[in-house]
Amino acid sequence: MIEAPAPFPAEAPTLPRGRALRRGLRANPLLLAGGVVVLLIVVIAVFAPLLAPFPGDAGTGTHPFFVLRPPSAQHWFGTDQVGRDVLSRVLYGARISPVVAVLVLAIACVIGIPLGVAAGYFGGWVDEVIMRVTDVFLAFPSLLLALALAAVLPTSLTSLTIAIAVTWWPWYTRLIRGQAASVAGRPYIDSCRALGIPRRRIILRHILPNSITPLIVQVSLDVGGVILTASALSFLGLGAQDPTPDWGLMVSEGQTYFTTDWWVVTFPGIAILVTAFAFNLLGDGLRDLLDPRRSLLP
Amino acid sequence: MTGYIARRVALAALVVAGVIVATFVIARVVPGDPAATWAGPHASAAQVAAARRFLGLDRPPLTQLLSYFGGICTGNWGLSIHTHRPVLSDIGTAAPASLELVTAAMVIALVVAVPLGLISARWPGGLVDQAIRAGSILGVSMPIFWLALILQLVFTQRLHLLPAAGEYSPGLLFSHPLAQHTGFSLIDAAITGNWPMLGSILVHLVLPAVVVAAYPAGLIARMVRAQVLDTVTETHVQMVRALGFSERAVYARFAMKLAWNPVAAAVALVFGYSLVNTFLVEAIFDWPGLGSYAAASVATLDTPAILGVTLFIALVYVAANLVVDIIQAALDPRIRLR
Repeated sequence: MIEAPAPFPAEAPTLPRGRALRRGLRANPLLLAGGVVVLLIVVIAVFAPLLAPFPGDAGTGTHPFFVLRPPSAQHWFGTDQVGRDVLSRVLYGARISPVVAVLVLAIACVIGIPLGVAAGYFGGWVDEVIMRVTDVFLAFPSLLLALALAAVLPTSLTSLTIAIAVTWWPWYTRLIRGQAASVAGRPYIDSCRALGIPRRRIILRHILPNSITPLIVQVSLDVGGVILTASALSFLGLGAQDPTPDWGLMVSEGQTYFTTDWWVVTFPGIAILVTAFAFNLLGDGLRDLLDPRRSLLP
Repeated sequence: MTGYIARRVALAALVVAGVIVATFVIARVVPGDPAATWAGPHASAAQVAAARRFLGLDRPPLTQLLSYFGGICTGNWGLSIHTHRPVLSDIGTAAPASLELVTAAMVIALVVAVPLGLISARWPGGLVDQAIRAGSILGVSMPIFWLALILQLVFTQRLHLLPAAGEYSPGLLFSHPLAQHTGFSLIDAAITGNWPMLGSILVHLVLPAVVVAAYPAGLIARMVRAQVLDTVTETHVQMVRALGFSERAVYARFAMKLAWNPVAAAVALVFGYSLVNTFLVEAIFDWPGLGSYAAASVATLDTPAILGVTLFIALVYVAANLVVDIIQAALDPRIRLR
């Protein structure tokens, strides 16, 4: 969130793709670790009904005689305040916040990319108007604006997704604008214009593909951040509602019983941490690989 | 330089105006009737109508926007629907505790992260570097509301090392009452020589500050590493090395000196971010700051209070940005010409 958008280097190193990838992975074991865990999370999300020992507990299941049981051979992560198996709910949770994150980032790209390209390519007053509006949105820390929006919208996962997406697009507009403006100034774009190529085609075929790489990197870096924001809002009661097996909501619900029954809070929290950590490792590694100019590697 | 400052201030004023309009628009889209909420659940239709007139909700939207705008500029930020008190005075009471918490967290983050970033940059690619990199990414991946609960469980419930909640031990209010001068409890306790109170506040500050520090620490460690690696290859740093200074001095004294500027900018920006993070932590530690106030406002759907806090933090954020821009321009003349 702090780095200024830097223009992508004109001469990227041209190694064969497979070799560059292998070399990058060897130099960066953290990327490999992140990738493996992300893959694992996707597998868990897809096969949750098969993996969960008590699939019914992901929903409205109630077991009054098994309330708040500590971890055991039958319930590895214990049971919650209405007797549901915490492991099953944590596994099903992989279907909630990661999906919210993907939706948020997709919406943010759909809003942010066209505005950024327009501002960067056309310049002048279009640029001025779009960027001042962007500045206003960037003046709010994203969690704060999402919090204010989620507080006034009816509580649901949809509102939560919209609220976060509204706070996320300005970063992409700003990033793409810088890229598009620098690409638009290159001589080959002037040649395109001189050849009479339609503006639409110049933007879609030349400007966009040449300014998109840093955005791809940024999006992959942001998955972890969105997951954290979404679970924070759910924790505050502004997102998913019971019985949705959302990790943030589970931590929030377990808070009351926390001092005596630690497992209700601990395991969903670890799930959030591991997921955000894995996506951040992956994003960080991808940046080193795809965008060496902004890399933190030597 | 004066021209640059004037341009930046004008831009900041424009952004603030936009922020005010944005909070107004958010307030307009609230489902439900604020007048009915204000009047209470058993109010008659006439009472709700009176409340609507009192709150100015019967006027056209543009008039409302203008009076909202004027109110904010003159210090009238509206009345809390829940407490019926002026929002700005509520914020004034709550803000010092949050600012203290965030400042303490920033100090912890800097003390931990700068040396780690330097060590990481000195042996890049090594095992220690990978560990510190992983650690800093772990810091920015931490769901801090969860970290708060876990640390509370371990250090308070199990080990009985630190107090669970509050700003100080309530018993001290009788033996060593805190005199109010600045509103900042730490400063008040220090200037009045109220040492038992000061100690109690510091002990209560440890857990929440460590939790809030997790994100900035991760971020700063990464920034320091990147910046130092960037500057250490520059010719004047190589020159220092050629002059026979120890490697330690090359990194810690000369390369770090150049890295401070961007790192300081990042610290100022992450300050605003951390102020929002206190929303998630204060309620857990019962810390009487903006976060507790905001959490209570969210729970009671107190729109004026939520928007007041939103506006206040956005203002802090814009001000921090402005200060960073001006300081950087003062230190680096190249920025002014852009």
